[in-house]
Amino acid sequence: MHASSIILIVLVLAVTVLGFAAARWRPAGSLASMDEWALGGRSFGTVISWFLIGGDLYTAYTFIAVPALAYAAGPGAFFALPYTIVAYPFGILVLTRFWSVARTRGYITAADFVRDRFGDRWLELAMAVTGVLAVLPYIALQLVGMKVVFLQLGGVFAADEGKIALAISFVLLAAYTYTSGLRAPALIAFIKDTLIYLTIICAVIAITHMFGGWAGIFDAAGKALALKPKPATLLLPPAGYFAYGSLALGSALALFIYPHSITSILSAKSRTVVQRNMALLPIYSLMLGFLALLGYAGLAAGIKTTNPQQVVPMLFAQIFPDWFAGVAYAAIVIGALVPAAIMAIGGANLFASNIFRQFSAQRDSLETRTAKILTLVICLFALLFVIFITPQYAIGFQFLGGAWILQTFPAFVIGLFTRWFNPKALLLGWAVGIVAGTYMAIQTNFTAAFPLHFGGSTLVGYGPFYALLLNLIVSIVATPLFNAAASTRGNDATSVADYA
Amino acid sequence: MKRNAWWNLLLLIPFVATLFPGFYNRLDPPLLGMPFFYWYQLVWTIGSGVLLAIFIAVTRGGASDAR
Repeated sequence: MHASSIILIVLVLAVTVLGFAAARWRPAGSLASMDEWALGGRSFGTVISWFLIGGDLYTAYTFIAVPALAYAAGPGAFFALPYTIVAYPFGILVLTRFWSVARTRGYITAADFVRDRFGDRWLELAMAVTGVLAVLPYIALQLVGMKVVFLQLGGVFAADEGKIALAISFVLLAAYTYTSGLRAPALIAFIKDTLIYLTIICAVIAITHMFGGWAGIFDAAGKALALKPKPATLLLPPAGYFAYGSLALGSALALFIYPHSITSILSAKSRTVVQRNMALLPIYSLMLGFLALLGYAGLAAGIKTTNPQQVVPMLFAQIFPDWFAGVAYAAIVIGALVPAAIMAIGGANLFASNIFRQFSAQRDSLETRTAKILTLVICLFALLFVIFITPQYAIGFQFLGGAWILQTFPAFVIGLFTRWFNPKALLLGWAVGIVAGTYMAIQTNFTAAFPLHFGGSTLVGYGPFYALLLNLIVSIVATPLFNAAASTRGNDATSVADYA
Repeated sequence: MKRNAWWNLLLLIPFVATLFPGFYNRLDPPLLGMPFFYWYQLVWTIGSGVLLAIFIAVTRGGASDAR
């Protein structure tokens, strides 16, 4: 067996032990309580939160897919930078308010807030179902990211197309997440990100050394892009500007309303911790930028593959000694396990709190037990998804998930600032947004660029973003109509002071 | 609008600076061999972090945001 395989196994086993041991890591209360199991006791300080949220948002799939896009299509892949730049100024306004009201009123999901704010059961259900549906394919994609590494390693890892290795990893993941809750990914995130930063710093040193600086890499990448079946250059075509900007903005608005983002944000111990993290997390964006450039290094290194997702592991195999390639592969595999755990917890929280509503009045141990079992179910579901359905569908579904989660923006995000909207109007807007987003996704074959025709001109942009605009228009127009139709509206259980 | 709320405008800067690629979709001037399009966006990751740190400092923990 290669050194890289041995190192990968050792590191994955080490984090598994850590995952189980996490149950005993600074427990303030019983793990049978929802706050302890699902949110780590809402006790994490700036450093733990930085690793946890960073480990959660910058997933293994991101590390595979962004360089793959750069390798396959060039500069468009770098939308990941504006996306992960503007998410934070947006987050600092929105998430601090949400953190405060959630802490005061004991919320563990965004749907908890929407229920209290608008007093509408159907709107709560819509939020929760959207969140669960959006997070499931996202977990499946983490498996896709792991699979890429297993295929690169070959041997026993690649047996049955990597399905056996995937199944073993996910069973371990489900077991320690069940046992330790959010503490498991929080502790493992330290290892994950240390490995990731180490890998990327070493990769950047190695490639700049190999190709005689960045100029050499860009020069060679530019030539390789020109020879692609769909030729590209190092710059965006002007017709792609709007798609680039709207994709970045739409993705940024969706980033923090995903259930797993909510889960990791709510585990912070104070509002200050949330704020500081908004200023510190862009360090991960810088790292993501260098990762995207590894796609160009792959072009410069002359890597040829029909599956662009293999580029990063193939590059690692080429530029690193075998043992260090093992470290890099472990970084990706562990990098998939951390967000997958948080996503499973986030999805389970929505199910337990907002779909099986009978528990939500008092968060008792029954609710925690339900959430724990649901975590197992969600992991299993994601595993089956990847084993029985081709990865291409997982990617398509994840795109749909992004389109759908964005449709919860008006009720959740705008709801944090005003309750002007009528809840039934929000529900109608949400439904229209979901239908429109799904339609556009199918029309564009699950790619980001939808050509919107109006007047005599065509504007190519991010479809889910158009769907959100439609959602907002419907919500705004329908609000006075619903207000006129019914004299009573649900009560607002929150008060102004809760948001401070 | 409270006096401190004007600081919220700081938060708009990263949006304006990065969401309109037409302004920075250029090769020149390069930095360390990297075309402008690329290093400009890389610099803005840290730049926006610094802006947010300033925002937190001047709003004293943001206690005054949008209430």
